[in-house]
Amino acid sequence: MEHGSPTAEFLGFTFNLANILMITVTSVIVFIIAVLATRNLSMKPTGMQNFLEWVVDFVKNIIKSNMDWKTGGRFHMLGLTLIMYIFVANMLGLPFSVVIDGKLWWKSPTADPVVTLTLAIMVVALSHYYGIKLNGFGHYMKGFFSPMWFLFPLKIIEEFANTLTLGLRLYGNIFAGEILLGLLAGGLATGVGGTVAAIIPTIAWQGFSVFVGAIQAFIFTMLTMVYMAHKVSHDH
Amino acid sequence: MFVLGAVAEHSGLNSGDIIFQLLMFLILLALLRKYAFGPLMGIMKQREEHIANEIEQAEKHHQEAKKLAEEQRALMKQSRQEAQALIENARKLGEEQKEQIIAAARAEAERLKETAKKEIEREKEQAVAALREQVASLSVLIASKVIEKELTEQDQAKLIQEYIHEVGEGR
Repeated sequence: MEHGSPTAEFLGFTFNLANILMITVTSVIVFIIAVLATRNLSMKPTGMQNFLEWVVDFVKNIIKSNMDWKTGGRFHMLGLTLIMYIFVANMLGLPFSVVIDGKLWWKSPTADPVVTLTLAIMVVALSHYYGIKLNGFGHYMKGFFSPMWFLFPLKIIEEFANTLTLGLRLYGNIFAGEILLGLLAGGLATGVGGTVAAIIPTIAWQGFSVFVGAIQAFIFTMLTMVYMAHKVSHDH
Repeated sequence: MFVLGAVAEHSGLNSGDIIFQLLMFLILLALLRKYAFGPLMGIMKQREEHIANEIEQAEKHHQEAKKLAEEQRALMKQSRQEAQALIENARKLGEEQKEQIIAAARAEAERLKETAKKEIEREKEQAVAALREQVASLSVLIASKVIEKELTEQDQAKLIQEYIHEVGEGR
């Protein structure tokens, strides 16, 4: 399904208005979920508070599995925002997509490589920043030449590879899911027979996409913490 | 300034999206920290402390209860011993008293028997003395009567018999 994207120029930057819309929608949904869940905080948690506390503990465990909590605690909020944002973003494209005048407006923001790579670069940049901040510049530079000095080129490549794989893995999974959903809905479901035939695979693929979306959100957060730990930890 | 792109295809990099995504993410992060996860983590921390406190308290209480039970047990043991001693004492005392009472009763009985015997002895002597006196006076009477009447031997014997008989009856 080839759709165009509604672009606009503003102050010399190119904006994909669909992305802008979906990023905003995702952020707002995440914020609303979080605020609704924490509106009536109590010592004895109920309902949504339980869920959000579970998320908090879940991210905490992800961080703890990579580094000790004393260093990792500062990434807690980052991990929480990442996992919730990416999960919601992944889910948004599943129920439907909106195409107006051949331009795709409603989709997962994570089905765009620009968005996912932005997140990936942000994460990697943060890992470098904290690597220097917590361990000092000397230790940070030494990381590129250990364990052997001639691994330096590989280390440089690794940084770019990390960034690319982190962003493109998310993009690829979500984009592929949406493409297939688009094919099932738009390509197969054209007459009565086609619609009936499309129902079961669509439902199955949507279920699978929910699974993939959740897994990708988890993987993104997990890898973020892995890269952070790699830069921040002392024994490397 | 806002010009909807006429070209449908991506014409190069959407640099604006990058900035917007970054900005939105940072805003979202800040908002979440301020309005959602900050308070949530606060309350989680509070609960953690609360639970730790409760556990500590419970442990303290448990310790106290244990100590109290120990004390109670010791007290119980002591009081049981005391009670045992008291009973023992009382029994001993009772035994002693019994002995004393029996001894006293025996002595009393002995004394009573003794006095009774003495009384009997005295009574008997009195009786004998009285009899003797009477016999003497009777003898005098008989003799006077005999003399008065000049009785036969048989009459005399008969008289004596009669008097003796009389005496026997009078006693």
